Amino acid sequence: MRRAWTLFLCALAATVAAELFIAPQPHFEFERLFAFHALYGFAACAALILLARALGFFLKRRDDYYGG
Amino acid sequence: MAASALAHPGLLLIVAAIALAPLRGAARTALALGAPLAALALAWQMEEGVHWRVQYLGMALAPFAVDALSRLFAIVFALIAFCGALFALGQERRAELPAAFLYAGSAIGAVLAGDLVTLFVFWEAMAAGSTLVLWSTATPAAWRASLRYLMVHLAGGTLLMAGIAAHVLQTAGAAFEPMQPEGLAQWLILVAFLVNAAAWPLSAWLPDAYPEASWSGMVFLSAFTTKTAVYALLRGFPGTELLVWIGLAMVFYGIVYALLENDMRRILAYSIVNQVGFMVAGAGIGTEMALNGAAAHAFTHILYKALLLMSAGAVLYATGRRQCTELGGLWRSMPFTCACGIVGALSISSFPLTSGFVSKSMIAQAASDAHLATVWLLLAAASAGVFLHAGIKFPWFVFFQKDSGLRPPEPPWNMRAAMLLVAALCIGFGIAYEPLYALLPYPVAYRPYSAWHVVAQLQLLLFSGLAFFVMLGWLKRTRTITLDVDWFWRGLPVRAAARGAVLCAVALALAERRLRDICGALAAQLRRTHGPQAALARTWPTGAMGAGVMALLLALLLSYYAL
Repeated sequence: MRRAWTLFLCALAATVAAELFIAPQPHFEFERLFAFHALYGFAACAALILLARALGFFLKRRDDYYGG
Repeated sequence: MAASALAHPGLLLIVAAIALAPLRGAARTALALGAPLAALALAWQMEEGVHWRVQYLGMALAPFAVDALSRLFAIVFALIAFCGALFALGQERRAELPAAFLYAGSAIGAVLAGDLVTLFVFWEAMAAGSTLVLWSTATPAAWRASLRYLMVHLAGGTLLMAGIAAHVLQTAGAAFEPMQPEGLAQWLILVAFLVNAAAWPLSAWLPDAYPEASWSGMVFLSAFTTKTAVYALLRGFPGTELLVWIGLAMVFYGIVYALLENDMRRILAYSIVNQVGFMVAGAGIGTEMALNGAAAHAFTHILYKALLLMSAGAVLYATGRRQCTELGGLWRSMPFTCACGIVGALSISSFPLTSGFVSKSMIAQAASDAHLATVWLLLAAASAGVFLHAGIKFPWFVFFQKDSGLRPPEPPWNMRAAMLLVAALCIGFGIAYEPLYALLPYPVAYRPYSAWHVVAQLQLLLFSGLAFFVMLGWLKRTRTITLDVDWFWRGLPVRAAARGAVLCAVALALAERRLRDICGALAAQLRRTHGPQAALARTWPTGAMGAGVMALLLALLLSYYAL
């Protein structure tokens, strides 16, 4: 489990580091921000998980709610 | 005519469906695999143009018309009918495969329809075929879900019929050509298309019904209805801006509901809505690049979603379980199924070297070409969310997480072969994408693999993965469902009826008590006046009567003198 995490973190670092070595071809100016996609991906997922959790408080029911 | 009818790949499959029903053994296997292959060959060789023309009720119909867009969909429908049939060979429910062929053949017929009337006929046949697939499951839950499913689709069909009738009257022609939602007729047609596309808020029928199908049935169900609707939107309403926002709503609805879901097949059902959202948004952007991207994404999505559902179907087949809370650790005994599920999960997440990468990036590219920064950002966030809910969540909770103690065997050879074939296609189209691009309706100059694009996509996806594992505690599965719009027809009437029954009972009890009080008071009053010893019921002595008569006579005498 520890090794899997180490490998995963290395892969994360590698994708960010790779940005230093390639020519940027951004669609939009804001993509020029360093590691934009990494930050955006993490932030978007965190926001989605929080949104799902918030909605879950209102909309979750036991799975036999409709009579099993 | 009978022979030439078999030149139509859809009708060929429908005829095969009828022929397949009574067959057993090797003949059944041969027809089940041969018919979709023949349909695929026909679809591949179809020449562009109108093949059949019919006059009907004064309308010029073109029941068999081919162009690049319809050919692409016909090819992928025939292809997935073959893969699904191979996967379903061992299905004990013998009615399922003929029903699936009727369904697949109608879907091909719908995309080859050059006019709205033929489209409507096949549209309804599709609803019938898919309902039969659900019925062949023969469980009470599937039966109830199929009735709700049928209601929604018959309602959608009614809207479509009304819209087409009005449209034909307005334009004096039944040709299926691009429209704008400007009049009631076009709005009705658009809404009918959106019902079948499972567009939010008309989406609840899909995660309600599809997961109730058998382990092989859902593979067929996932492919045809929503993608035929995408085809109809691409042909009928390209560039309708509303579709961009509907598509984005579908994308995020799918992610959020899939994140909350516990049933592995319902996770994948929500993810169909999510993926169709990308296509609907592409249809709404409406540029050649966007329409190409949406069509390509429909093609690749049919394959990788079938692969995901095959691996989920194999798990269901082997364990009989669908809930993430009851699964986990299956990679130990089902490594092949697990690997195929991961290929599907990577493809749906548009990992580089998989089919999703070469198709979905075209839609994002189209958004940026049109300078739609907000749309592009939302699509990118959604791409990250896809990895979250389908790319990691599905394989993680089914094949890894805790050890559930289950050690099911790998599925039979035909199911493994079907998974292997579709997995090979998913990776094959991800690497050699030119054959797919060559099938698209417009010429493609786009090249998906640039160093920047690959690195950007990897960053987006891997950091989504980081978010998943960092926040894993909040994604823990519970034995719950999430209320959807279908609560208004599944929950509300039942609850209203229950509430109403309680109210009636309370009202009755109150009325009864009030009545009892009134009757009691009346009885007490009667007892006071007429009861034993009461004034009116007492026995009076004779002298009392004499005294009374005397008093009356005295009063008479007094009044006589007084007047």
